[in-house]
Amino acid sequence: MNFKMVANLLGRILCVEALFLLPAVAVSLYFGEADAARALAVSCVITAGAGGLMLIPRPKKKNFYAREGFIVVALAWIVISLFGALPFYISREIPRFIDCLFETISGFTTTGASILTDIEAMSKGLLYWRSFTHWLGGMGVLVFLLAIAPSSKGSGQNVFLLRAESPGPEVDKLVPRTHNSAQILYSIYIGMTFLEMVFLRLGGMPLFDTVTVTFGTAGTGGFAIRSSSVAEYSPYLQNVVTIFMILFSINFNLYFLILGRRFRQALKNEELWMYLGLLGGSILLIAQNTRSFYASFGESVHHAAFQAASIMTTTGFATVDFNLWPEFSKCILLLLMVAGACAGSTGGGIKVSRLLLLFKSMHAELRRMISPRLVRPIRMDGKPVGSDTLRGIYLYMSAYFTVTAVSLLFVSLDNFGLETTISSVFACLNNIGPGFGITGPMGNYAPFSSLTKLILCADMLIGRLEILPILLLFVPSVWKRT
Amino acid sequence: MRIVIVGDGKVGVTLTARLSQEGHDLVIIDNDKRVLRETVEKYDVLGVVGNGASLTVQQEAEVGASDLLIAATSMDEVNMLCCIVGRKLGVRRTIARVRNPEYTDQLGFLKEDLGLSMTINPERTAAMEILNLLRFPAALKRETFAKGRAEIIELKLRPGSPLNGLYLHDLIKLAKVQVLVCAVERGDQVYIPTGQFRLEEGDSIYVTGAAQNLASLVRKLQIMERKVRSVTMIGGSRIAFYLASALSMDGADVKIIEIDEKRCKELANLLPHARIIHADGAQPDILAGENFANSDALVTLTNIDEENMVLSMYGSQMGIPKVITKINSVEYNDIFRNLGVESMVSPKNIVCNDIVRYVRAMQNTSEDSVVALHRIVHDKVDALEFLATDETLGLGVKLRDLRLKPNVLLACLSRSGKVIIPNGNDFIKRGDSVIVVTPSDNIFRNLNEIFE
Repeated sequence: MNFKMVANLLGRILCVEALFLLPAVAVSLYFGEADAARALAVSCVITAGAGGLMLIPRPKKKNFYAREGFIVVALAWIVISLFGALPFYISREIPRFIDCLFETISGFTTTGASILTDIEAMSKGLLYWRSFTHWLGGMGVLVFLLAIAPSSKGSGQNVFLLRAESPGPEVDKLVPRTHNSAQILYSIYIGMTFLEMVFLRLGGMPLFDTVTVTFGTAGTGGFAIRSSSVAEYSPYLQNVVTIFMILFSINFNLYFLILGRRFRQALKNEELWMYLGLLGGSILLIAQNTRSFYASFGESVHHAAFQAASIMTTTGFATVDFNLWPEFSKCILLLLMVAGACAGSTGGGIKVSRLLLLFKSMHAELRRMISPRLVRPIRMDGKPVGSDTLRGIYLYMSAYFTVTAVSLLFVSLDNFGLETTISSVFACLNNIGPGFGITGPMGNYAPFSSLTKLILCADMLIGRLEILPILLLFVPSVWKRT
Repeated sequence: MRIVIVGDGKVGVTLTARLSQEGHDLVIIDNDKRVLRETVEKYDVLGVVGNGASLTVQQEAEVGASDLLIAATSMDEVNMLCCIVGRKLGVRRTIARVRNPEYTDQLGFLKEDLGLSMTINPERTAAMEILNLLRFPAALKRETFAKGRAEIIELKLRPGSPLNGLYLHDLIKLAKVQVLVCAVERGDQVYIPTGQFRLEEGDSIYVTGAAQNLASLVRKLQIMERKVRSVTMIGGSRIAFYLASALSMDGADVKIIEIDEKRCKELANLLPHARIIHADGAQPDILAGENFANSDALVTLTNIDEENMVLSMYGSQMGIPKVITKINSVEYNDIFRNLGVESMVSPKNIVCNDIVRYVRAMQNTSEDSVVALHRIVHDKVDALEFLATDETLGLGVKLRDLRLKPNVLLACLSRSGKVIIPNGNDFIKRGDSVIVVTPSDNIFRNLNEIFE
């Protein structure tokens, strides 16, 4: 482990975070919230100071491999969460540190699970910061660093960071240089963010709501600034949010291909069709199932679409309390939670491409049982899939179920009933936010014990970073000096 | 620039390292996913798995939108096909590696139809470099500029050399000819020296000047300077073929020891004047039986670096005056030099220099771009040749009034066939060949970039 290189990168990330705290200070000052502004400013100074300190030791050796990449990513997310929680704690708006941490991790990991019981009581500056963590966590803070910092000349180390932070079974660069790839990803991200803001403003949403809701959608996070989530907005605004949630949960590589006018290549993407198919099917089934709840079929499609998209894209906004829906609909939502969004998007979950490959490999194994001598590789988007990729998926799945099992055991200690226990673990591990029962869309995570909150915090980080980076932190040999 | 390299082998990887250092956008195509992954993880480049000669793979790598395609797979035919496909897709320039002697002869005939901008032949280039060294055995390394008029040679200061302890401004007094020390390597340190620099025993010095002046310097220093009349080569590779045919024209006796019988017969057919010996060159008694120690020069050309090393050390010990070693993995250069193997030739590095020069020239649209680029001092220093044109700054201005960037040395000028070692009163004239020496992290694309 090249500790100095790791410290250097963490220092740079903290400086970036400090930089992003400044707009939050400005928002606070604009709304005349002196206490919140002071808390944010103090946090900004502390974060910048800590970051600056870590930059002091100059790394002599530049060796940087996959394991450093994983460790930097895991540590970076823990560190930014710890420092990102400071404004809530210093302002005393959230009194207990574990709650501050839960809220911040939930923000950065774009989960959107909240422990706040009265959101409207929070100051605007902190609400802005809380939503902004979604936006930054969506595309990833290290990817941001790669986009702004000129990459070290000609070296391939950056690709490890990109791979460790971006979701999906296989992460590819868009263009030869990582620096440029990260820039393209963020340009698309920023462009789409602005587009959503424009559409929301056209529908007459207040400016502060527009900004925070857009951040929540872009990162597929789901923090709203009202306890009723987005239920109070007009149907037009809700539809805009539905569409943008789906857009942000599609692989960003496809947008790059479309911008480069390579439509045929973009449309060849099997994951996209499976994703849209699953989503469309779920919407129809739920709409039919909840027909009696709403005045017209149109209205029930509208709510089914919003809820299904919100859960599958792992955002977690809600227009209705789907806790009250029939079991069949809730079961569909629970399954969508696990499926998750597309690889290479800002969404969480297992990812549709992984499920697709698992399904294909199951199919291939079954065929092999019937005709053992058949040679037929598994294909995806017309190309054979390597055995390394499949092995990576098997590893991911076994780790996923292990983590789920352990978390379930711990959370069940709080004795809140199976529905709450299972759905809250899934909601955190897959970065969705609301579950069922007491953690439902109109509820929150406040009643849980500190231990459970800590476990769920870990789940959120594990889910966002696709399990392995965080698990590697616990392997002793990773920490050996090189 | 956007550059696509087909073939992630020895040449491909070296090129990737050099060109990504120069800040280009690189895409590498190779069949082998594993090798490709290693390259992608080491350098900031994009990898595409597949056959580089296939249209779909080239489309995926966006060859059509690239500036340069370099085909460096191990197969000549594939390389040529790559370039044809690339040209059709609209790439600006193409470079192909063509090594088979049977094809190299017809390249002039086909070049245009194949759309090739340049061909590279590492083995042939390496053979020419070895030939250069054999013609001037005192130099450990020898690079030529200005159509062979000016040269840079490497000399080692051995105990008792009259240069030990000499200040460089006294060099001309001693040598009585116009020469200039343009770089000195002492231990790990490299110096671009000034007149106040004092040479020490053990230094490797790089001297530039006109070819005949360097020859007279070497005579003055009384370093062995006997013409090489008999050469023994171990390993009958393509380099051996190219080298032997060139040496036969010089009238030297050539002996090639090759282990494979079939290859021996091939060589014997191709090289009627050379003695081809079918034997394992790694056996000392066989070498002794072949009167090995009486050769003027030994060139080790087997495919295994370690074998070449050991054989070269053995040859030096037997008292062969000039020993040249072919090395593929230059990563171990330092160790080899410490073991006393000094003259080394690495085919892939030489062609990489040619390609880097070509790429720099492509980036530079005016005529004053790099004419030649050589790396000296074990790749730590670049020696570049430029042509002074009307656009060159400071034409006719005395050199003492020109402000050069730090660590840049104007080593020599070649003007209408005459080589000038410039002093403060000289100046650059239009049409001069200007040779500049600078550490290799300075990347100069044209002559004007050397000025402040």
